Amino acid sequence: MLELEFMRLAFGAGLFVGLLAPAVGFFLVQRQLSLVGDGIGHVAFAGVAAGYLLGLPPVLTALVASIGGAGAIEWLRSRKHTAGDQALALVFYTGIAAGVVLISLAGALNVDLFGFLFGSILTTTRADLALVAVLGIAGLGTIALLYRALAAIALDEEGARVAGVPVGLLNTALAVLAATTVAVSMRIVGILLIAALMVLPVIAASRIARSMRETLLLGMAIGVGSVLGGLTLAYYVDLPPGGTIVLIAAATFLITSAASGLRRG
Amino acid sequence: MSLAVELRKLSFGYGGGPLVLRDVDLEISAGEFVAIAGPNGGGKTTLMRVALGLEQPSTGEALLFGEPAARFSRRSTLGYLAQRSQLGVDAPATVREVVSAGRLAVGGLFGPLRRRDRSIVTEAIERVGLSASADVPLRTLSGGQQQRAFIAKALAAEPSLLVLDEPTTGVDVDAQEALAALLDRLHRELGVTVLYVSHEFGAVERFVERLVLVRGGIVFDGSPAELPHVWHDPSHVHA
Ligand SMILES: Nc1ncnc2c1ncn2[C@@H]1O[C@H](COP(=O)(O)OP(=O)(O)OP(=O)(O)O)[C@@H](O)[C@H]1O
Ligand SMILES: [Mg+2]
Repeated sequence: MLELEFMRLAFGAGLFVGLLAPAVGFFLVQRQLSLVGDGIGHVAFAGVAAGYLLGLPPVLTALVASIGGAGAIEWLRSRKHTAGDQALALVFYTGIAAGVVLISLAGALNVDLFGFLFGSILTTTRADLALVAVLGIAGLGTIALLYRALAAIALDEEGARVAGVPVGLLNTALAVLAATTVAVSMRIVGILLIAALMVLPVIAASRIARSMRETLLLGMAIGVGSVLGGLTLAYYVDLPPGGTIVLIAAATFLITSAASGLRRG
Repeated sequence: MSLAVELRKLSFGYGGGPLVLRDVDLEISAGEFVAIAGPNGGGKTTLMRVALGLEQPSTGEALLFGEPAARFSRRSTLGYLAQRSQLGVDAPATVREVVSAGRLAVGGLFGPLRRRDRSIVTEAIERVGLSASADVPLRTLSGGQQQRAFIAKALAAEPSLLVLDEPTTGVDVDAQEALAALLDRLHRELGVTVLYVSHEFGAVERFVERLVLVRGGIVFDGSPAELPHVWHDPSHVHA
């Protein structure tokens, strides 16, 4: 399988996606923002469509749109007039509607939309892999640098605020990280399933981990395992990779839940 | 003696709505141990949030160590345990991870904690008597132990002002007594200014030299012994 160029590219990109998605998702889950990835994904769809309309690389336009969407969610959420789920709903539906309109304007309703929505193993180009690698390394580096700060806010946002921690700035950094993750993962997992890869490995890990740190690391391991396992299965059985990857992550959750149930006796 | 908290002719209403606090004048000196009590909805939490600069007064002013509270320059010396903050934890965070979070503002935002900061975290855990459970997930501990972990978190900043909002919610009477004794010891040994907010002040009554009753404003400020008898039972404050 790995003698095929497109599989090598997919595996390369998958490695970064599998590590980054749960690492970012970890902080979203802790803050009960599990669905934020989904909201950003819908906006990324509008970005892809805009890419077709403008003749620009879709990953790039999706990145810009995702960052805008993440910023919008964070902004709506921080002004307390809009509840978190309403902010999300607004962004979700605006994103998907804008995507549909833009795509049809571009006369591109027949392009490989299925691949963008549910992932594809055929579409990763060398240029994609380079972009995924750069953004992936930047994202993981940022998380390593900000781990303590982001964890402290997840544990006790008010306490951090009183102590003078720049909470707003760090929340924005997290939103940008989430947006980057969506853009990076789009080709492999698909826009509609990326949020699942951010969340499921983390909640699977939290069933059996004994600390926050262990949850994060185990979540990343489950993420990589699901992506590489899913791609392999997708190749041999000819399935859409996004769905296969997410089903493996969901199965891991069942296994760790059972394990923690057994341990508690 | 210098003032830790100073509120002058202060009024406050959320979002320009009806006033929740009216005409509050309050001075708390550095080194005091004060209980802030009053009925549910009396405005205790609001009073503390305004005092800490989290909310802006509608009229009047709030000072922290002589500086306007909202622009206080030495925020890392403030320890705050928000009401119900224990619910913020979803992950299997260990006691040490929670307490380390309290060292963030002092120890720097980036990269791992330095050795000196880590040893201060360990000391804070020892102070609240949780050394044996330091690396155990918080959610496996009792309510009282979890509260002590959050107090250790506030202590890890080596604060000069410690504000605890309802630290004994869901904690039995024995654990409340133990917590009060712990705070008394910290107050005496470390000279920390402690504001203990609770609608129930029974547990700390023996230790505090001052009790402030809040009900839309300050309705009593003095030693617990001087408190008019009808107010001793907090339910009477509603009357
Ligand atoms: N975020 C908010 N927005 C609007 N009104 C609020 C807000 N928080 C509190 N209030 C109102 O302000 C008043 C004082 O509330 P506060 O929480 O300060 O009281 P408390 O004394 O701390 O009560 P408790 O004992 O229940 O903690 C109440 O009438 C409450 O409804
Ligand atoms: Mg309160």
